[in-house]
Parts: sequence; structure tokens; C-alpha cells
Amino acid sequence: MDTFTTHTGVGVPLRRGNVDTDQIIPAEYLKRVTRSGFEDGLFAAWRKDTEFVLNNPLYSAGSVLVAGPDFGTGSSREHAVWALMNYGFRVVISSRFADIFCGNSSKAGLLTAQVSQGDVELIWKLLESEPGAEVTVDLQSKTVTAKGITATFEVDDYTRWRLLEGLDDIGLTLRQESEVTAFEAKRPSYMPTTIDA
Amino acid sequence: MAGTLAEKVWDAHVVRRAEGEPDLLYIDLHLLHEVTSPQAFDGLRLAGRKVRRPDLTLATEDHNVPTTPGPITDPVSRTQVDTLRRNCSEFGVKLFPMGDVDQGIVHVVSPQLGLTQPGMTIVCGDSHTSTHGAFGALAFGIGTSEVEHVLATQSLPLKPFQTLAVTVDGELAEGVTAKDIVLAVIAKIGTAGGQGYVIEFRGTAIQTLSMESRMTVCNMSIEAGARAGMIAPDQTTFDYLQGRPHAPRGADWDAAVASWSELRSDDDAIFDAEIHLDANELTPFVTWGTNPGQGLPLSASVPDPESFDNESDRANARRALEYMGLTAGTPLKEIRVDTVFVGSCTNGRIEDLRAAAAVLKGHTVASGVRMLVVPGSAKVRLQAEAEGLDKVFSEAGAEWRLAGCSMCLGMNPDQLAPGERSASTSNRNFEGRQGKGGRTHLVSPLVAAATALRGTLSSPADL
Ligand code: SF4
Repeated sequence: MDTFTTHTGVGVPLRRGNVDTDQIIPAEYLKRVTRSGFEDGLFAAWRKDTEFVLNNPLYSAGSVLVAGPDFGTGSSREHAVWALMNYGFRVVISSRFADIFCGNSSKAGLLTAQVSQGDVELIWKLLESEPGAEVTVDLQSKTVTAKGITATFEVDDYTRWRLLEGLDDIGLTLRQESEVTAFEAKRPSYMPTTIDA
Repeated sequence: MAGTLAEKVWDAHVVRRAEGEPDLLYIDLHLLHEVTSPQAFDGLRLAGRKVRRPDLTLATEDHNVPTTPGPITDPVSRTQVDTLRRNCSEFGVKLFPMGDVDQGIVHVVSPQLGLTQPGMTIVCGDSHTSTHGAFGALAFGIGTSEVEHVLATQSLPLKPFQTLAVTVDGELAEGVTAKDIVLAVIAKIGTAGGQGYVIEFRGTAIQTLSMESRMTVCNMSIEAGARAGMIAPDQTTFDYLQGRPHAPRGADWDAAVASWSELRSDDDAIFDAEIHLDANELTPFVTWGTNPGQGLPLSASVPDPESFDNESDRANARRALEYMGLTAGTPLKEIRVDTVFVGSCTNGRIEDLRAAAAVLKGHTVASGVRMLVVPGSAKVRLQAEAEGLDKVFSEAGAEWRLAGCSMCLGMNPDQLAPGERSASTSNRNFEGRQGKGGRTHLVSPLVAAATALRGTLSSPADL
């Protein structure tokens, strides 16, 4: 996984709450067996509307998505994270994220920066009055800055450390393999296995 | 120290706990399907890793499978299913392919085999893994990177969840079901109300539910934003499990039951939050909007968006009514549907099919309404056929199909056309969930069947 320290890019105001992962990427786009190529599916239904924010050329190169509360609810599909990243997003800012979406993002290297709804509103106003304005997200200092606005964001320490170091979770766990083996030795014999009933 | 059910199961699975790190949790059972696993197997191959415990891993084909006989015609769907087959054979994972007597929706298959047992940790790259919590297991959905992690290490680094007790006391009236309980809970706490929590459902109304109904309740805990739902195991749980192919036998059974019987929240355990619901007051519930929290009793009317407390809810409601093509003030019972879908991991079990069939028996589906009945697994289908339910459905004019996810998410050909409206026993009414532009009302199997007969949202009492 790539390291993440700071990122500056065009902010995209997505004035919607409860953006579920079926909206981020509809089921028909989930059939690919790779981790790439999901950008066409990103917000596919909404992008048919010419007024949709990503159809505005001033925002189309955006890499920081600023969304309403409860972003990423619903299905656990990590494809939602890949679609955002394949499109070019590195950060999503919202006042509240769904749990699984947050976990998926942290594994794939997308930063979910949780700020207050008040700060989201301020950033929305800026991005709407000055389309194309840039937003800087600094993971070291946990701050979001954009012309005249400075906000701090929440991200849990472990996720922050992994993103800053670009660490592979599986590699970290495999260092503790002997503990997993020791745990396995203590499991009760009545617990089921899937092979030969 | 006193603990909740969720904390007890969690603590029993901690492989490693260290300051400043998430707990490393052992995973007892890992379920796979074709949609969220290909990239995980790719990751293993790339890193030269193996599946650590193929014997604690099980795969099934469900999301893409057609529910009419014959092969998958969509080449992209076929590739996804073929990829699962190749991966399972390369890594030694047991797979139930299309046509196998044990094939079906992953969350229907595992419980019916007796693989889902109390006190286990169960994960799957699928948010409705919460279903398995009905047995007192700690079961939750994960993303594909985590699928890869579990394949490689049989464990997951996780931050402890908080606990929420949802107590439902009282008795359900005739025609009110587990689906109505859970829709009412979600409407009460909202789609983010369970966020960060494992919900424990308790109270007399929960204790009297069958295992199938308990699965319906836990299945939809994710729609309240919760990571998992759980119900303490009891005699109902043990009776359901005994004799199933993977359930323990003989002395193992006795040891298992002794240990399972300990799995309950202590009387003085403290939950991080609690809510109460009176079962006596519940009536059939339906959704009117585009998230599962936008629901009301069937006897109510489409709400006025301006009646909501805050601007965010008002905006969501306005958008939802526009998408759903509904006008505030319309009685819900006057809403006409084109399609009725009975199935999914929420309500595609034998008890659900029996309930729908009992309403349909001797009647005919309203003209202009298409009704699809899709069993949750091949075994459910065979059982329903043995009981003659397929005949009841066919004679009423419904389509009796093969097992799979089907119109729950429309990855196969079973989809709503743009603007079409369904009453569906599935779990998500998101925009486009059942097909582009499709409009979904979530309902119980009883309401689904009554709606099919009348052509408008209805309960059996309206017939
Ligand atoms: S039936 Fe629906 S919710 Fe359940 S696993 Fe299949 S697609 Fe997911």
C-alpha cells in the first residue's frame, strides 16, 4: 500500500447524506474480478444527470470528496472504495462514515477524514462559490485546510499510523503467526469444520 | 466482571492484545461468495500465500446465479463465477456450485448445514453476515482486503465494538412478524443508530421467535448501521441445530450445549446504550423511502418531508419521495405495485415461504402484478416442493424459481425496469437496488403475499 502523509487536490462538494455503497457503485458494476477499472461505475446512476457535480468540468479532476453525513452505508463492497480511488479520489471528508466503509478505506489507502458537519458546510460553501478550489488534507497534523478554513479531523491512531507508514496489514499479522497457532491448539474439539462432516 | 454476550464471545477469541493496537481476533468460520472474493485470492497469489485454514472456509455461488434453469448467459457474471471455481479448486476451499443440492445464499446455507453455531466468530465479505448472530455467534461483514487477511491468517485485527441492547417485550399480534420488528427498530434509531455497536436483541418477544425469525431480525441489524446483531442461544437454538450435518454429536454435543448455555449477558452487564420496544404495539411495517430507516406502519400515509425535525432528514425525504414517485399524504395502502419479490437472505427461508403460501393458497395474484418466489437455498426449494408450496405459488400465478440472491440486488437477470415498483421481502430499498430506476418497498412475507393478491400494499387482514 502507498504511504499517505498529505494530499492537496480539487475539492468536490457532494451535498447528499446517507450515500450508500449501492449509489457509490451499483451492483451491475461489481462483476469485474480485478481491483481496477471501477471508475465508470462510480455514482453511475447520478452521473446520468447532467447537473451532477462530477459532470461539471470544474470539479471533474477532483480528488477530495466532501460529502454529507453517513457516507458509505449499506453493502460491504470494497468496490466502492476502489471506484473512488480508480476515479482519482484520495480523501473523503464527511461528518460520519459507516463502519465497514471506513475499514475498507483504510485497507485500500483511501483516507476517510471525519470533521464536524459545521466544517463540512463551510467547505461546501467555499467549493460551490469557487469551483475548482483546492483542499489540503494533512494526516500528520490531522487538519483539513482550504482557503480561509482550517478544520481538524478524526481518524483512529492505528489507521493513521498504518497509512503514514503504508503498512500491509497481512504482513503485520503474519509476524504473530505463532500466537495464532497457539490459539488454534486450544479450540474445543466440537467446533465445526467445513470439510467432511 | 459482568459482561455482555458480545463481549464474552469477543474475549474468547482474542489471540493477541497489545497497548495501542487493535485486538487480533480469531475467526472460526469464513464464508465466501463470488462477488467479493476474486481480488482477495489474487492478493494471496501475488504474495505467494496460502489459505491458512481451508477447513474453516466455505464458498457458495449466489449473487450472479440465474433463477431459471440453464447456464449463466451474461459473460461477465460467468467469469466471476468461473473465477470463484478456479480459486476454490486451487486453494482447496469447499464450494457449493450452481446445481449442487447445498447451493444457495451464503447466509441461508451455513445455518442450515449446522455450521453456524453459538459462540463462534463468523465473517464473510458481505454485510448481511450479521444474520448468523441469531445463533449467538459474533458475525459481521468485511471488505475484500479483510477477506484476504482472513484467508491468509484466519484472524483479523479489530477495534472492540460497543454494545447496544434492543429489548422487545410483549407479544406480537397475529400477522406481525420478525420483519416488522426489525423495520420498526431501524425506523426508530435510524440507519446510523447502530453505528459502532453490536446489537443484542432480547426480551420476551425475541425469545419466542423461531430461529428463522431470529435470523430475519439479525440480518437487518446492518441496516441500522450496526456491525452485528446477536441473540443469546437457548433451547430453540439447540433444537434447531441438533442433528444438522455439521452440528456436534454424542459427547461433543453435550460439551457444546454446556458451553453454549453459558452464552448470555450477565444480569448486571452494562450496555453502552439501550432501547426498548413494545411488541404489543407493533403492526405490519413497510418502507416508503430509499433507505431502510424510512419506514412506517402500513396503516399510515406517505409522510410530509417538511414534518421531519432537521434539514438533513427533510432533504433526504424530499429526494426519496421524488425518486419513489410518491406524494405526501397518500395512504400507504393505496400504493400500487408491479412486482412482488419473496426471497433473499432476510426472508427466503422455509418459514417465510410457508407464510407467503398460506396467504396465497386458493387465491390468484392480481392482474398486472408479477410475483417472484425465490427460495434462499436449493434445500429450501426441495423442502418447499416436498410440502407442495411450489404448487400453491404456481396455482396463484406466481413464478417459482431456483435459489439465489435474485432480485434482492439484481446482479442476475431478475430486475425491476425503470419506474417499476416492488413490494419486496429483501433488506434494501436503496435507489436502483433491484434494477436501475426501480422502486422498492420493504415488507414481510405476509405483506408481500397480501400485496400480490390486491395489487396495492396490503396485509392479510385487508383481504
Ligand atoms: S440475498 Fe441480498 S442481501 Fe442477502 S447476500 Fe444476497 S444480495 Fe446480499
